[in-house]
Amino acid sequence: MSSLHLAIPPLPALMAQLFIGLINGAFYAMLSLGLAVIFGMLGIVNFTHGAQYMMGAFAAYLLLNFLGIGYWWSLLLAPIIVGAFGTVLERLFIRHLYRLDPLYGLLLTFGLALIVEGLFRQEWGSSGLPYSIPQELTGAHNLGFMFLPNYRAWVIVASAGICLATWFVIERTRLGSYLRAATENPTLVQAFGINVPRMITITYGFGVGLAALGGVMAAPIYQVSPLMGSNIIIVVFAVVVIGGMGSILGSIVSGFVLGLIEGLTKVFYPEASSTAIFVIMAIVLLVKPAGLFGRELG
Amino acid sequence: MNRKQLAAASLAALGVALGAGSAAAQMSGKPIKIGVLSDMSSLYADLGGPGSVAAAQMAAKDFGGTVAGVPIQVVSADHQNKPDVGKAIVQRWIDEDGVDAVVDVPTSSVALAVQDLMKEKGKVFLISGAASSDLTGKACSPTGVHWTYDTYALAHGTGAAMVKQGGDTWFFITADYAFGHALQRDTAEVVTKAGGKVLGSVDVPLNNADFSSFLLQAQQSKAKIIGLANAGGDTDNSIKQAAEFGIVAGGQKLAGLLVFISDVNALGLPVAQGLVLTEAFYWDQTDETRTWSKRFMEQMKKPPTMAQAGVYGAVTHYLKAIAAANTDDGPKVVAKMRELPINDFMTKNGTLREDGRVMRDMYLFQVKTPAESKYAFDYYKQLATIPADQAFRPLSESECPLVKKG
Repeated sequence: MSSLHLAIPPLPALMAQLFIGLINGAFYAMLSLGLAVIFGMLGIVNFTHGAQYMMGAFAAYLLLNFLGIGYWWSLLLAPIIVGAFGTVLERLFIRHLYRLDPLYGLLLTFGLALIVEGLFRQEWGSSGLPYSIPQELTGAHNLGFMFLPNYRAWVIVASAGICLATWFVIERTRLGSYLRAATENPTLVQAFGINVPRMITITYGFGVGLAALGGVMAAPIYQVSPLMGSNIIIVVFAVVVIGGMGSILGSIVSGFVLGLIEGLTKVFYPEASSTAIFVIMAIVLLVKPAGLFGRELG
Repeated sequence: MNRKQLAAASLAALGVALGAGSAAAQMSGKPIKIGVLSDMSSLYADLGGPGSVAAAQMAAKDFGGTVAGVPIQVVSADHQNKPDVGKAIVQRWIDEDGVDAVVDVPTSSVALAVQDLMKEKGKVFLISGAASSDLTGKACSPTGVHWTYDTYALAHGTGAAMVKQGGDTWFFITADYAFGHALQRDTAEVVTKAGGKVLGSVDVPLNNADFSSFLLQAQQSKAKIIGLANAGGDTDNSIKQAAEFGIVAGGQKLAGLLVFISDVNALGLPVAQGLVLTEAFYWDQTDETRTWSKRFMEQMKKPPTMAQAGVYGAVTHYLKAIAAANTDDGPKVVAKMRELPINDFMTKNGTLREDGRVMRDMYLFQVKTPAESKYAFDYYKQLATIPADQAFRPLSESECPLVKKG
């Protein structure tokens, strides 16, 4: 019916749409950040990331319904629980793959994701479970050009804060420098008396925790559903590829920017909104194969 | 023998041959195989999926496990909401596995592809989950049976009810495939016929997570009613996020044009309360529906949707027709299905029309408030019964080539 909307909407309407794009970008940024940390530090293409994001949302749901623990504590507890699950995975399976081609890591994590999602679907079905917005963040503000739900405003602020903090820790602190050194030359760093395998396990757990945190933040907006991860993971991978595999800054910037671009396609050509990001990915790969912020190898 | 006698004799011989032919078209001796084709893993899996398989198995078991002397077998597969995948499965089912009938098939785009194939192969297609009214319109088939509901009925149920309440301007948020387009078209027709106006629409790719952008467009249109021409997880996300953006609080109303009980369950009553919806069945409607639904719930732990209940009814009627006609030949079984009245726990005196439409009453429900809900899954109160002849498209308006007009 409505194909290309050639008429440009009035400025306030456009502003509102850009804002919405930014909110989605916040989710993309938070998820692609975790992926970038894991790939940058471990060289593992973590395809379980979507499943771990979903587990974060489920952890929040289960904490609320079985233990009466609300949203705010879930923001802390769910990443710890799911992150701990991640470290177990790392110790049991993933650590055996570091010396192999990244393809093996991809296959393993993809298989794990299918198993985890299958188990959740078996137990809770596909249509999702309700999770309410925390009392403190219900309601909305009229910004003049749009009606901004308080919860969405919180998502932008929180996500930007988390992204900046992560970037700071990895790029600007001593701990971060150890990490980066350990990935460049693990033997040498080990010689300085640093427990490299443990550091790597913690890094993986941290990346997984970021995914779970994203899941908790998504729970009140989307349905808490076993499918929520697989719906978003492909987009997030495209974001990481566009930003440059393993680039922390690249994943953050491209997450937000692609959210904006996707928001615009939803106004001008909604039918293509689910494809726009992949078109951009193809173009970026043609022009700059290492991604916008990636370092060319060799 | 003169020419006249010769002609008469050959005519008689032809008659004998034809008669023998029809007498020979009895049971082929192979088991009756029923293929449940559904979305087993994605956004429609809870409205059909494993529940539909369970319903088909219940029907086979309740029938005694055999029909006309042969065993009944139920097989199932996941079409992943992709027409090409669904078509390939059905092709294999018929050519290699000897499947006699395909049932359910939510996702109209897949159902339309399967309908073509079943027509070509002369096999019975029992449609429960799919909605597009084109399945009995321009895409009708002599062996296609649209059992439970369709977009025309949804439009004339929910759509008409909203217009009656004063909702004369509409904006549609539409799932961008066959079903969404059919539902929008059928509802827009109801709206404009009643003197209302459609102010705009937006086509959203299937299985979309974030609807805020589209909801804002709907909000800015200032339409009194925002028609959700989507289903399953897409409807749930639209309704949930509409609450967040203050759409209903701002005076606009949501019309969930296709809402299943699985959606209400997923949304929870605090979000879903007040929604008006059209269904062919609600588990807590009569003693009969309760008895059947309780058996279903023992197995599936969730109340059956109308699509799943319809699978049971359709399979049962199909088996009855095989027993009555003593044949498993597709077109002949469907002919018998037309002769027999349809009576089961959810259908009273239903009939199967020449275009494949099952004529049944539909019901307009409203979702209860949390305070009104007294026990588990106590979700709906009934607002009205829509008699079959008002719920479904009259034959005089049919685009189905099988309908003789005159």
